[in-house]
Amino acid sequence: MSDHSSSQPVRDSAAATADAPAVFEARGLTKIYHVGDVDVHALRGVDVNLYEGEFVVLLGPSGSGKSTLLNILGGLDVPTAGHVRYFGHDLTKDDDRALTQFRREHVGFVFQFYNLIPSLTAMENIALVTEISTDPMRPAEALEMVDLSDRKDHFPSQLSGGEQQRVAIARAIAKRPKVLLCDEPTGALDVKTGIVVLEAIERANRELGTTTAVITHNAIIAEMADRVLMLSGGLISDVRHNTRRIPACDLVW
Amino acid sequence: MSALNRKMLRDLLHMKGQALAICLVMACGIAIFVMALSMVDSLQRTLDTYYDHHRFAEVFAHLKRAPNSLARRIAEIPGVSQMQTRIVQQVTLDVPGMAEPAEGRLISLPDQHVGALNALYLRRGRFIEPGSGREVVVSESFADAHRLGPGDSVTAVLNGRRQELRIVGVVLSPEYIYQIRPGDLLPDTRRFGVFWIAYDELAAAFDMQGAFNDVSLSLMSDASEPQVLRHLDELTEAYGGLGSYVRDDQLSHKFVTNEITQMRVTAVVVPTIFLAVAAFLLNVVISRLINTQREQIAVLKGIGYPRREIGWHYMKLILAIMLIAVALGTTVGAWMGSVLTEFYTQFYQFPVFEYGLDAWIVVMALVVSTASAVAGTLGAVWRAMRLPPAQAMRPQAPEVYRPTILERGGLQRFLSPAMRMIVRYLERRPVKSLLSCAGIALATSILVLGNYMEDAIDYVMDFEFQRVKRYDLSVSLVESASSAAMSQIRHLPGVMHCEPFRALSVRLRSAHRARRVGIMGLDSHGELYRVIDMNEDVIPLPRRGLVLSRKLGELLAVGPGDTVTVEVLQETRPVREVPVSGLVEDFSGMSAYMDIRAVNRLMREGDRVTGAFISADPDRMDLLYRELKDLPQVAGVTVKAAALESFRNTIAQNMLLMKTVNVIFAVIIAFGVVYNNARISLSERSRELATLRVIGFTRVEISMIQLGELAVLTLISIPAGLLLGYGWAALTTSAFDTELFRIPLVVDRSTYAFAATVVMIAALFSGLIVRRMLDRLDLVAVLKTNE
Repeated sequence: MSDHSSSQPVRDSAAATADAPAVFEARGLTKIYHVGDVDVHALRGVDVNLYEGEFVVLLGPSGSGKSTLLNILGGLDVPTAGHVRYFGHDLTKDDDRALTQFRREHVGFVFQFYNLIPSLTAMENIALVTEISTDPMRPAEALEMVDLSDRKDHFPSQLSGGEQQRVAIARAIAKRPKVLLCDEPTGALDVKTGIVVLEAIERANRELGTTTAVITHNAIIAEMADRVLMLSGGLISDVRHNTRRIPACDLVW
Repeated sequence: MSALNRKMLRDLLHMKGQALAICLVMACGIAIFVMALSMVDSLQRTLDTYYDHHRFAEVFAHLKRAPNSLARRIAEIPGVSQMQTRIVQQVTLDVPGMAEPAEGRLISLPDQHVGALNALYLRRGRFIEPGSGREVVVSESFADAHRLGPGDSVTAVLNGRRQELRIVGVVLSPEYIYQIRPGDLLPDTRRFGVFWIAYDELAAAFDMQGAFNDVSLSLMSDASEPQVLRHLDELTEAYGGLGSYVRDDQLSHKFVTNEITQMRVTAVVVPTIFLAVAAFLLNVVISRLINTQREQIAVLKGIGYPRREIGWHYMKLILAIMLIAVALGTTVGAWMGSVLTEFYTQFYQFPVFEYGLDAWIVVMALVVSTASAVAGTLGAVWRAMRLPPAQAMRPQAPEVYRPTILERGGLQRFLSPAMRMIVRYLERRPVKSLLSCAGIALATSILVLGNYMEDAIDYVMDFEFQRVKRYDLSVSLVESASSAAMSQIRHLPGVMHCEPFRALSVRLRSAHRARRVGIMGLDSHGELYRVIDMNEDVIPLPRRGLVLSRKLGELLAVGPGDTVTVEVLQETRPVREVPVSGLVEDFSGMSAYMDIRAVNRLMREGDRVTGAFISADPDRMDLLYRELKDLPQVAGVTVKAAALESFRNTIAQNMLLMKTVNVIFAVIIAFGVVYNNARISLSERSRELATLRVIGFTRVEISMIQLGELAVLTLISIPAGLLLGYGWAALTTSAFDTELFRIPLVVDRSTYAFAATVVMIAALFSGLIVRRMLDRLDLVAVLKTNE
């Protein structure tokens, strides 16, 4: 079923995806947080590439650096050392304004706690994004993709958790982003709802060709991925290529 | 220190910006409270002591001339405890270093003045010695204005003869605490002085030997004032009595008590406003604090802290803020009180005016502010106490939103999602939004009110001194004279134009209502003194009939077409029925106007005048003054420009102080409300704003949303505040609608513009602070937590 490459730290240059161009090339990513008087090494020199159209799952225990890595790739955070290139453009040289522009045009985020704007309806939450992007889909189209057309005028407080998360996904993909970054998207959901949400992510990856990275604690979800990155202690400890992606609807946990 | 107290202090430190804003608003209220109450207290105490020690009389009467034998009969009126008769005369003064003549009031002093009514307080020098010849003591304010002291002298025209008055002492009198010339709006210490001279001297100069023209009485505690007045009027009528009156109508006393009353109102109204705003702000801030600390409360309860400990924990935080405010407010209030004391000593002449802050006032301040702070926060603290621990651990339920009224009305297509966020957010918390609006509107209105006073006074000055009184000088004669006197004045050097007037002391009566006033008989076609309404339309003086001040008409309950009884208190003392032909809006005192020929007909006399208005050649003023000082018939000269200048100087200083205080207060309120509002909504929405940043909104764009709300609140509140300000102005106008003075309801456009601008600047400033916080928003941390 799976095919392990070994050595540590893993230099990721896997042949399976080498034919697609790299969206992200990260080299020597280090991130040190100063918490009080203690320095926390969240990343200790990570090298990783993400390729176009790829579905990657990041697995690892709390504090392994998954979120930090995702945040840096998405332009939410900047590394203490190292470089990230996005289609050859060095993101680490960008200032806040440029990073904002980068997120606005290229990145879709999905978080564990949905982070919808409670005062806006489902449709309006999406419109929030489509109004500031260059080539968005129509908000209705995005809702269609997550199968929530009938909920368009509902406010977040009128939606279930799973529905809220699907709106968040619709909002993330409505701008037709190059990359979709999801941090524990099913963390707050039960199995059944979680699978519906994962289906929506899967669909965006398949139909829009969006490079997708999903952080999860749940090893089963890794079955969906083209590639699984295992993190521990701020390093990529293992990389696994799935020869066959299991559709979300067939996942069992 | 217990751990919980440490937490309380750290919480306080953490919210220091908001706590400070609340502290300042509260301190403003307490400062005014402390200042006003301590002023009332100090003034009243000083006044009581002064009146008591110097035996200030309780009943006063002026008459033309009565023999000393009448005095015995007055003293026998039932209820009279002590009586004092004297001679009081108006004279023209020639003061070194002043071109224009000043007006002096000469009052006779009995040889044996120890124990007498209206006793003087000797500030410098000595009292006059009997038989020493034209020695006088002078009122301190006049002496100070001219730097006069014992050894100096002034020249007075006594009954047509220039006489040297030698000053031997400087004194104060309980009768002249507020030393104002009748008819003036403010004291003019340079041009009005009071002198006390030996009875024999004054009697000799005015041929009043063995006679008097003024009487003061003190009463026994069980005396009936109205009966004493009636008796006194009966006795003095035959001697030209001008009508007796009680202490409450004594001019100086009236001004002082008026001030105390106003202070008392201030002590209630202003602090109420400030403490209400502070209570609202406390409520908002503490509610928010308790919401964000739900989990902490749950943990504390889980550990085993009882409810009351938790309630007391938050109460302590509130009381800490309040105590700081009380300390600050009391200090500032006491300081303002001492500044105001300085200010008062310019207007009110007391032997000693000691400002004191009594402990009970501080205790009252504590009680009042505790009550308002607790009232504002009790609900929130109660909720914290009752929060079940398990529920407190869970995040708060998501907030329920729905389309706003605006959108349900079909207007949503005009609103961007960002705009909708703002509108829905405001509509979701209607009470909070409304109260915030009310706070900002209040600040705006205070600014309007502050400047309105200036507008009104500007208007009154312009109205009185430019539109009504268009003369340069007003000359009053010792007694009524024939038109020959007019032609004498007309031919004085520098006189360009001159119009006669005849003033008459009367009592106007309508049913049981009566008022002592002066009728001003004017040339109905005159140009130098015009009876006009606020549109500057001349109100005609008919052949017969009176035009009354609107306020006088109200007090007598008469209007155009009604008839009043005019009881003349001079000369032949005729009593006549005269129709009221009109009412006029004027601003000082109470006036009754009549055509001068109608006055003369009423007196059954021919062409008589008691004075003249003069427009003079500015280049020949000094010459004219010199001639006037020597004219024996002249009792007094009022120089309009001088009166205007003194008015302006006093008022300008007063106004500047008031305006500064008002602006500071309004800015504190505006800033307190806007800043707290912005801080709270930032804390409530940092998650949303962080989400927007993640999605790709720029800092400017999220600032627009956050500050947009602030802007909407401010923009709604300002017009409401301007309207409210106009309301305050109207309220002030009716509060100041007194017999002494009134103010018109005129608010200048610049006043509105000023108020709006100051509030917008305060809002902008709060906005900038919030903007800085938005720039420091930690996107990752905010999104990671589940609120």
